[in-house]
Amino acid sequence: MNAVGSRGWDVPADLEKNPATIPGVGGSPSVPVPEDLRKEIEAHMALYPDTRSAALPALAAAQRLHGWCSPEAIDQVACVMGVTPASLDAVATFYDMLYTEPVSPQAHSVYVCTNISCSLRGADELYAAISEQAGDDEALDVRPFECLGACDIAPMASVDGVYVGPLTVDDVPKLLDDIRAGREVLPDKQLVRRPCADPKAGA
Amino acid sequence: MTETLLFDRIDEPGLNTLAVYEARGGYQALRKALKMTPEEVLGELEASNLRGRGGAGFQMGKKVSFLPHGAIEKYLVCNADESEPGTFKDRELMQKTPHLLIEGLVIASYAAGASRSFIYIRGEYSQQADILDEALREARDAGYVGERILGSEHSLSLVVHRGAGAYICGEETGLLDSLEGKRGNPRLKPPFPANQGLYQGPTLINNVETLSTVPAIVRMGGAEYAKIGTEQSTGTKLVSVSGHVQRPGNYEIELGVPSREIIYGLAGGPPEGRKVKCWFPGGSSAPVLTGEDLDIPYDFESMAKAGTMLGSGAIIVVDDSTPILDVALKTAKFYRHESCGKCTPCREGTNWTVKMLERIDRGEATPMDLEIMASVQEHIIGHCLCVLGDAMAMPIGSMIAKFKDEFEAHMEARRTESSPAGELAGAAA
Ligand SMILES: Cc1cc2nc3c(=O)[nH]c(=O)nc-3n(C[C@H](O)[C@H](O)[C@H](O)COP(=O)(O)O)c2cc1C
Ligand code: SF4
Ligand code: FES
Repeated sequence: MNAVGSRGWDVPADLEKNPATIPGVGGSPSVPVPEDLRKEIEAHMALYPDTRSAALPALAAAQRLHGWCSPEAIDQVACVMGVTPASLDAVATFYDMLYTEPVSPQAHSVYVCTNISCSLRGADELYAAISEQAGDDEALDVRPFECLGACDIAPMASVDGVYVGPLTVDDVPKLLDDIRAGREVLPDKQLVRRPCADPKAGA
Repeated sequence: MTETLLFDRIDEPGLNTLAVYEARGGYQALRKALKMTPEEVLGELEASNLRGRGGAGFQMGKKVSFLPHGAIEKYLVCNADESEPGTFKDRELMQKTPHLLIEGLVIASYAAGASRSFIYIRGEYSQQADILDEALREARDAGYVGERILGSEHSLSLVVHRGAGAYICGEETGLLDSLEGKRGNPRLKPPFPANQGLYQGPTLINNVETLSTVPAIVRMGGAEYAKIGTEQSTGTKLVSVSGHVQRPGNYEIELGVPSREIIYGLAGGPPEGRKVKCWFPGGSSAPVLTGEDLDIPYDFESMAKAGTMLGSGAIIVVDDSTPILDVALKTAKFYRHESCGKCTPCREGTNWTVKMLERIDRGEATPMDLEIMASVQEHIIGHCLCVLGDAMAMPIGSMIAKFKDEFEAHMEARRTESSPAGELAGAAA
């Protein structure tokens, strides 16, 4: 986590380091890239008129494999995309869903919304309970998050992209049990199963 | 009876599939549009007076008409970043009726002469992005997207592009940089995206709800659509209501209804025994209104007249159980977190405002600090590259102006609590 800014602008550059060149280009050593990852990145690159547009999906793919945007992950993406690792580093530090600190590849991501609408309904207590009960379990990567676009189920959380809410502190043990056991999380609290609030929207 | 254009039987099982969507007349508007000339379709959009639903409220037809004509390659980008706190309407549309968006997008690309398009969806919406990808596959197989759509001269490619968590990528030029694979820093305007946007080419950017409204306009005709709502705010609008209300959720309303009808009538108002203290009428970037303002009609012009904005159509209700300082602090912290850091008033101003609010809460501030804080907000407004800085300064400024007494009382209470004299008094009591 950075001191103040969260877009990476206050992270100082390491001036001791030589600027890295594109892996495998101009005499700099290539890096081994797992075949599946290479294929996935190349498929993304093929979708855009400018292949550099694939940076976010490519970094996301590498992160799924490595757990985070580690130097190794960045080098692999740089090698396939033919760009410098630094240009990808600059991208990764900007986005909340790309992690620049170590996370286990097995970890489940738990984003707890602590923005306005959720906090009006108890999100801060919820976040405290989830982080406390998760403890230092490496399998759980718990993060406070800005509005996740689901204030209708406030307070809420996203578990590996699955939105659940409204949550109370009493839901936390079951929530964490479900995640640890690899079960579907709180099926009756999942957003995708929720009908529209507008009575006119019904049949 | 209010018209239901977007939410019409939206919970119908399987509406996210092509079969169900077509069975209820889906893609008929596209067929109709392709029989018209692009100019005629644009004419309907202009006649509808549809205003953008993403935040700025700019007329969609006018924006399309700004694009240069001729054989030059043009882009259409759908803004599905939906990160304005309090806003969750695009999510429900994309999840439940993704083909409506795709149909609207293809029609808009025809009117604009765009041949490549992208839906930039926030990375957190992975379930919705998967649904969109599946719908897109169906639409492609059926010939609604791709080369020579339905045998016409019009071709369009479409890619669903996932973001990675950054509010500023909802700002249209930040979005474009992000889509080009860079940090999502906003660009200086002009040039506007209509002239120089994605890959420096002419680009039309519209919100999910804006594009999802296009099929209804083509179906009904622009003039007919314009009869809904008010003269300057035509049509229906999805409103996301959240916070201290009994029935939070998305509601489709006719623009111009009294705000009370939305907050109390539809969303049920605050819990029993509590009153509305303040509310954001258009996401957290909109200056707050109070419990006195509930009869203001919910439309673009009335909100502007009341000194605030309709924004993304997200109403966040705060009742009298929450101190205004808590609301201000949450708001300011959000913008501090999201500032891209490119310009000083925003980067430093958001950080300074958070620190000052924390000082007030710790009892280390004086009434003069409140005045300085108000003036700092004024100095942020209009002095930034994009409007993210303003988006903090406007609501915070409005809270200081409307709840000055409460801020002062809070400050005073905390000061006496934390001062040695206060501790002594506390110990003596
Ligand atoms: C900081 C900031 C965040 C924004 N976020 C969004 C967003 O999440 N979704 C959106 O549609 N528009 C957002 N906008 C507005 C866009 O810049 C742009 O006006 C809009 O996408 C245009 O589409 P429309 O005319 O259909 O509303 C944002 C603007 C700013 C300044
Ligand atoms: S106003 Fe803020 S978010 Fe916008 S460009 Fe400037 S620093 Fe970045
Ligand atoms: S404030 Fe939590 S989802 Fe919007």
